[in-house]
Amino acid sequence: MRNKVTGYRRPAPGTQPDYLFAPYASTVKRAPTQPLVMLPHTLTEATGPVFGHDEVKPGDADLTRQHKAEPIGERIIVSGRVLDEDGRPVAGTLVEIWQANSAGRYPHRVDQHDAPMDPNFTGCGRALTDKKGRYRFVTIKPGEYPWRNHYNAWRPAHIHFSLFGPAFVTRLVTQMYFPGDPLLERDPMFNCVPDERARNRLISEFDWDTTIPETALGYRFDIVLRGPAHTPMER
Amino acid sequence: MTLQATTSQTVGPYLHIGLTWLIIENLARAGVPGERVSIQGCIVDGEGKPVDDAAVEIWQADAKGKYGQKGFRGFGRSATDAKGRFRFKTIKPGRVPGPDAKLQAPHIAVNIFMRGQLKQLVSRIYFPDDPANGGDPVLALVPAKRRHTLIARKTKSGSLDWNIVLQGKDETVFFDC
Repeated sequence: MRNKVTGYRRPAPGTQPDYLFAPYASTVKRAPTQPLVMLPHTLTEATGPVFGHDEVKPGDADLTRQHKAEPIGERIIVSGRVLDEDGRPVAGTLVEIWQANSAGRYPHRVDQHDAPMDPNFTGCGRALTDKKGRYRFVTIKPGEYPWRNHYNAWRPAHIHFSLFGPAFVTRLVTQMYFPGDPLLERDPMFNCVPDERARNRLISEFDWDTTIPETALGYRFDIVLRGPAHTPMER
Repeated sequence: MTLQATTSQTVGPYLHIGLTWLIIENLARAGVPGERVSIQGCIVDGEGKPVDDAAVEIWQADAKGKYGQKGFRGFGRSATDAKGRFRFKTIKPGRVPGPDAKLQAPHIAVNIFMRGQLKQLVSRIYFPDDPANGGDPVLALVPAKRRHTLIARKTKSGSLDWNIVLQGKDETVFFDC
């Protein structure tokens, strides 16, 4: 039996975090201490689940219409493209998002931040990318909030993103930030990689083109998933 | 055009809000061919404390060793409970090709997400007493004294236990992939 499996590219140095990053205190007791074992990309790693429209409905991408009334906050459009490292669109892939409400509070038992809940906002959405790799969410701008990582620690406003892509190894969970946020320079999560350009790609761009007059401002966030290695690995 | 993959960030403590709509702990409907297996386990951190805020995702082939088949997608997602436990009901996968055209032993790929991890942990579950384990090309890459951390243990009830130990004695093998 001869099988050629195209593996996926390894990250450029400094663009992906290590497991242990002491400024983010929770990594200390959760990061592996033994060396990782280098795993060749076999059929297991080069394939992945496909999700369909039976699971994701169009309304799932509008986080402002999930309850009886609209949530409080500044309505925004968050859109962008999902591409691979060759710039090719990743079509039909599942994008899941979650975020705090406009006051910086999550409807979650663990969140004890003294900020109001919003009965009209859950903060959870999902979408499938179209043929050009595009996705689009309607939501409200999330608030900043304090956390207990260090003295006077605050998270910049952010939206969590979870993506699948075509393979087990293209799975990505990340966070989208907002331009001009003064908290970014003090945030251990945002600063978890040394490559400044990589960090800055986590910041969405204000996008006049997707702004809806008298309704919502637009932010654009393009996401790049790992691309195939150029030389198929001989198997 | 060459781009760089977006930097990974942690799922944080509120992952349930975004991810629990797609909990799939029962992967195989009635009628899907294959040997039924129940796999459960516990995640513990470097202090031995259960990790109650993690999501575990699995990806596996069907009983014939084929990925992404109609009727058996092969994807599962579980969120840990207060005791750090996750669970799946599935079928034992068939063998799939590995490097050098050698067949791999039956295995399940695992992605683990939690607060305190800036990117997912990657591991594999292998099956106890499978004669193919000895010749598995991926297990062969793992130091012999750590291989047992990738092989589930059979319980008295016949289900499989596979724990995820983040640090210390019997620390689970995680892959750079």
